[in-house]
Amino acid sequence: MSALMRPFWQLVRRDVSLAWKDGGAIGVALGFYLMVVTLLPLGIGPDLALLTRIAPGVLWVALLLAALLSLARMFETDLEDGSLEVLATGPLPLVAIAAAKSLAHWITTGLPLTVLAPVLGLLLNLPPEGYGVLVASMLAGTPAVSFVGAVGAALTLRTRRGGLLLALLMLPLFVPTLIFGIDTVREAILNSAAFWPAFLILSAISLTALVLAPIAAAAALRFQLQQ
Amino acid sequence: MQLVAEALTSIRGGRTLFSGLSFAVGAGEALVLTGPNGAGKTTLIRTIAGFLTPASGRFRLEPGDAEHSLGEQCHYVGHLNAIKSGLSVEENAAFWCGFLGGMPSRIQPALAAFGLTGLRDIPAAYLSAGQKRRLGLSRLLLAERPLWLLDEPTVSLDRASQEMLTGAMEGHLAAGGLVVVATHTPLALSQSRELRLGGATSEPARPA
Repeated sequence: MSALMRPFWQLVRRDVSLAWKDGGAIGVALGFYLMVVTLLPLGIGPDLALLTRIAPGVLWVALLLAALLSLARMFETDLEDGSLEVLATGPLPLVAIAAAKSLAHWITTGLPLTVLAPVLGLLLNLPPEGYGVLVASMLAGTPAVSFVGAVGAALTLRTRRGGLLLALLMLPLFVPTLIFGIDTVREAILNSAAFWPAFLILSAISLTALVLAPIAAAAALRFQLQQ
Repeated sequence: MQLVAEALTSIRGGRTLFSGLSFAVGAGEALVLTGPNGAGKTTLIRTIAGFLTPASGRFRLEPGDAEHSLGEQCHYVGHLNAIKSGLSVEENAAFWCGFLGGMPSRIQPALAAFGLTGLRDIPAAYLSAGQKRRLGLSRLLLAERPLWLLDEPTVSLDRASQEMLTGAMEGHLAAGGLVVVATHTPLALSQSRELRLGGATSEPARPA
């Protein structure tokens, strides 16, 4: 098993460093998140009670959309420059390749967005007791976005401008993450101890995605390689 | 070691590219695939690499390695170079070396064999087409694989670079490796045999 860990981490490290050097993907996701969350209160007006009520939903929905922006590129660059074929002849099974690339996507989008979320919470008048749970719920929920999203990215790999198709295909699968992510934060604001059930279900969704999504993504990749 | 193909048939887009194709490549031997455009050279190479499933027939590598698929025992160099323009020449080589399970000590000799030592700190985006091709080919020397599958490896290579490539191929053959190469450019290889696709699909005469 340890023989497979080296190529796995090599791939994760390369993807993270490419995203970092490129800067584009991380910057677009963060910039989009920042813009949506700062513009929304301007549109709604200075009703602090209303902002507090919608804060969990806005923070989660905007995070999901920001993460979706870079999903379509997850396998695309590797397909375009031929890396995907060489990756497929490597020692890692396609399942592990899909998992490594999903993990790299989470590190470069899910994680930075989670760090930005509490700062944006200030703009939406999120009450103090919500911040810890907000970060925890996003840490627990964003892996599901990256891993489930990888399935959509693999399926829409050869479609031109596949971004919209990807969003349409995958949005239903993101709904459970969204519902329980928002619910966790909302429960924590209303009653500090009542967030556990929603949080545990959210974690369960992520863990399930971690195990099952790479299998589906690998099947889609195998099909894409046959073109 | 021997690569054996038995009665391969490949159908792409409703068109039969080849049917009943059988051949064997022995250790230290290069099989040169020739034929007009669209004859199925790339299809055959991608089929051996495991990306495409033949309509009928099968391959095997003897003596086989049960733990690894045929694709994992080959180096595949297709039309694309599989290099990242954001990374330097050396970083590209180091990634493939680590990913394909080669020793880090092989990186510098591999770059030197394709004349890339002086360019190793340059981002791959600034390389010319031929230099990119050489970087793609240097992957062959980064990790040990018995079978090399090369699809048009000489595209955009100048004469000196083609000699670097044939030198690397000769070295691989001398060590008992196998090469299957599709090309339109005649390669100066000592141990090679031609398989012409598009027309004759029987076993070509083997040199004694």
